[in-house]
Amino acid sequence: MVEREKPVEFWRWPETNWVNPDIDWKKGKFITAGVDVGSVSTQAVIMVDGEFFAFGNTRTGSDSPYSAQKGMDYALEKTHLKLENIDYCIGTGYGRVNVPMAQQAITEISCHAKGANFMYGPEVRTVMDMGGQDCKAINVDDRGKVLNFMMNDKCAAGTGRGMEVFADLIHVPVWEIGPRSFQIAKELPPISSTCVVFAKSEVMGLLEQGIPENEIMAAYCSAMAHRIMELLKRLGVKEKFVITGGIAKNEGVVKRLEKELGIKTAEKVWANPNYRKKNYPFDTQLAGAIGAALFAQALLKMGKAKSVKKT
Amino acid sequence: MIANYGFKDGSGDWFLTLDTDKCNGCGKCVEVCPPKILEIGLDEIDIFREEPVASVKSGERKKIRYHCAPCKPGFGSELPPCVAACEFAAISHSDGWKKSYKGLRQKV
Repeated sequence: MVEREKPVEFWRWPETNWVNPDIDWKKGKFITAGVDVGSVSTQAVIMVDGEFFAFGNTRTGSDSPYSAQKGMDYALEKTHLKLENIDYCIGTGYGRVNVPMAQQAITEISCHAKGANFMYGPEVRTVMDMGGQDCKAINVDDRGKVLNFMMNDKCAAGTGRGMEVFADLIHVPVWEIGPRSFQIAKELPPISSTCVVFAKSEVMGLLEQGIPENEIMAAYCSAMAHRIMELLKRLGVKEKFVITGGIAKNEGVVKRLEKELGIKTAEKVWANPNYRKKNYPFDTQLAGAIGAALFAQALLKMGKAKSVKKT
Repeated sequence: MIANYGFKDGSGDWFLTLDTDKCNGCGKCVEVCPPKILEIGLDEIDIFREEPVASVKSGERKKIRYHCAPCKPGFGSELPPCVAACEFAAISHSDGWKKSYKGLRQKV
């Protein structure tokens, strides 16, 4: 028996890493790290004295400790930094208790709030984290402190995993869904099923009717926007409103949500003018890990770190 | 900080809202909660807070619908025990409940 072809997986988004060429970590006083082990992706961010130094963004496997290790190794790859050089590491996300190199675990709600504050600036008031398996709406103050939060983690509808399942079903790479959902003749009513499994059969039915793929993508994106909207309506949205997590990269969902909400999301650029000028990569998925690394920095400075390796 | 534990699903809103600024961690709600879903511990969201605070146990957050329904309207005529026990009115439940208990709510 010969396999005809290798299976193609449309949900697989590319992994990335980066290192800041302007920072010499050897001169840094505190080197901190944040590892965000989510249900779909794992990010490791390394910061030197509160400055963005390096990151690795990988997919989470079935084994959280291994995923965390993989993410961290990927972040360290081009830095000439070793794990021992990191003073304090904080784990966050679903697998936060399973991060072997982390000395402490903090919930992703606090970390996303803190990370969004660092990335988009202190004017941020509402953060919507659209992760792989849940979405969280968070109201924050000017220091990134959580004021009010609400989570919808009951099922995968309206999340990154739902989008991945959908991408696989219609055979379109997950990052193409956003742009393609606008290349349509008319907008279909949103997919009515909130459950991913039911939505899948509904989409199957639409495909059988010969409806163009792009229009189905639009219908799925608006269904997702509508679902997130319900959560935001309960909590109340204030500007500056930002979206973090993987779905923030899907303009099909973001633009439809903006339309329904009547509020624009903040532009995806660094608040720090220096970072903006040097064009450091801005990845919305990193917010949690950045927040964790910043907490590590703050705890070290305050002398509240649980155990410090290096003296 | 206002912490909303719970979820919304086809059967309605199931949120237990805790105002941590009002909570002093006395633990009276924990004692009276029939399904024992509350606990007192360090604030996991606001990591710089030093005094203990009440929260819903992490394993029970997705089951609030089943745990809290028996104390909600249609089942009992009194305020849910957790709400009645809190002298600072730090605990409340989602909208559907508030409407039915409007009169009683003001006494708290």
